[in-house]
Amino acid sequence: MEYEAVIGLEVHVQIKAESKIFSRVRAGYGHEPNTLVDPVVMGLPGALPVMNKAALDGIIKAGLALNCTIPDYCKWDRKNYFYPDSPNNYQITQYDQPICDGGSVEIEMPGHNRGEMGEHKEIKLTRIHLENDVGKLNHFSEDSLVDYNRAFTSLMEIVSEPDMHSGEEAFAFLTAIRQTMIYCGISDCDMEKGQMRADANISVRPVGQKELGQKIELKNLNSITGVKNGIEYEIKRQTRELKKGNTIKQATWRWNAELGQTEMMREKEDAHDYRYFPDPDLMPVKIDDEWRNRLRDEIPELPWNKQRRFLEEYSLPYSITSVLVPDRELSDWFESAAKQSPKSAQAIGNLVVNDLLRELGEAGQVLRDCKITPDSLLGLVQVVEKGTIPKNVANKDVFPEMFKSGETAEQVIERKGLKPDFDEDQVKVWCQEAIDENPKPVQNYKDGNEKALNALLGPVMKKSRGKANPQLVNKLIRELID
Amino acid sequence: MSDTHIDIEYTAKLARINLTDEEKEKLSGQLDSIIGYVEKLEELDTNGVEPTAHPHPVYNVWQEDEVKGELSTEEALKNAPAQRENMVIVPKVVD
Repeated sequence: MEYEAVIGLEVHVQIKAESKIFSRVRAGYGHEPNTLVDPVVMGLPGALPVMNKAALDGIIKAGLALNCTIPDYCKWDRKNYFYPDSPNNYQITQYDQPICDGGSVEIEMPGHNRGEMGEHKEIKLTRIHLENDVGKLNHFSEDSLVDYNRAFTSLMEIVSEPDMHSGEEAFAFLTAIRQTMIYCGISDCDMEKGQMRADANISVRPVGQKELGQKIELKNLNSITGVKNGIEYEIKRQTRELKKGNTIKQATWRWNAELGQTEMMREKEDAHDYRYFPDPDLMPVKIDDEWRNRLRDEIPELPWNKQRRFLEEYSLPYSITSVLVPDRELSDWFESAAKQSPKSAQAIGNLVVNDLLRELGEAGQVLRDCKITPDSLLGLVQVVEKGTIPKNVANKDVFPEMFKSGETAEQVIERKGLKPDFDEDQVKVWCQEAIDENPKPVQNYKDGNEKALNALLGPVMKKSRGKANPQLVNKLIRELID
Repeated sequence: MSDTHIDIEYTAKLARINLTDEEKEKLSGQLDSIIGYVEKLEELDTNGVEPTAHPHPVYNVWQEDEVKGELSTEEALKNAPAQRENMVIVPKVVD
């Protein structure tokens, strides 16, 4: 019998803000333990929570970017539970009236190879709601230590429909959410810092069966790759159990990335009873069109749309767009050069994706601090287009100098004496010499081997001390022989 | 006095506390009388009244995102029964 998996994801994303969601103490990562705390965070008696406007703006913007409906009204509820991560003994969240309804995420599956765009799909969302993050427990052999710095950080929970069927789809889903959040400036989604975390609900059923199989909740998926690997492992495990005739019991499992396997945390003996009720400390929120529209206007062109536009407007190869577009800053940098000369876009794209990224990596620099500007890069491309210097010289000798010094292409060419000090007639003479000195490849060419002439390029380049334009040399050699 | 009785064992389990038999009996009585008191409200005719958690129709109470106020680590941990490395020690719990 054939089986298929059904997957839903719950993705927690921290909203970037200076202060916390319900108090104005600093929010942040990597601080000394229990330094980002105040009476609200510690749940001290009498402390009153006050909403952070930036958290509301962040989640509404996220909802609009992910095609959610933003209702006119939402409210806050208490989710009651006793656990050391919350000194309040409840989490402030949204139970039945979340701030974002429905929605969808456009994802891209891997293509057949790196140069080919993969299939695009739409994954449906159930809702997105806002809540406070909780403290972090550090486990030791005898006890656990609690740090409340993370508690009350603004946190949104993005809940998908059971709309995915493989680890690859889950991977693509998280990647798309992450890119959208980064583009909108809502979160950096750094999973190592806990800014994005995911739990998965996974079930397996025989193909053709309508009702869902018994689901397993999978936790501890600490990286996007972990999500993919954990889900794939769990699908195989459940399928194997079902094929053996065993049943799947409702339980929570965890992904162990070191061992590369899932392991059971606990069986669910009885369902949680959170006794939700409306929070009396916090007033409901009313949202009008003016507010929605203001945030909608702040959303930049989103990654998939930008990629489609780059493919069309600049005729870029897919492989270049797939490096440029995930990085908003890099793609904007590219475009400020490319829009001045769309016909040069591919040459600009190649320099950005290959040479600029390589130099940045080697120098340990970020784009913002880089000395080369989009205008000077365009200048380099145009010098090649005019035939002043060949492309290989531009890439190998000129670009790294521009990167280091911030000079223009002309300045580097002048300083290093890279401009050819000979004319086309001189190149022709060298070509004739090369033909005379290498009768064998010439004969091969005449016998029909087109590629044989490549053997003459080296000698001519050598005679020109690397300054001749290879395209011109190829053309002249052919003319002289034919 | 109300006819409703609280499930004291379940309530204690949710609150993660252990109760002796005497405590169970005492607290059951007290909680039952609280529930009975609140149930008086059910005698009111609330048809056509929209449920609300707040007595006043006030919305959109918030502050701008500006950092102000904090509690020193020492102050914050004063209530902790035990601490180490500026963190609260709790029994080993894995969830």
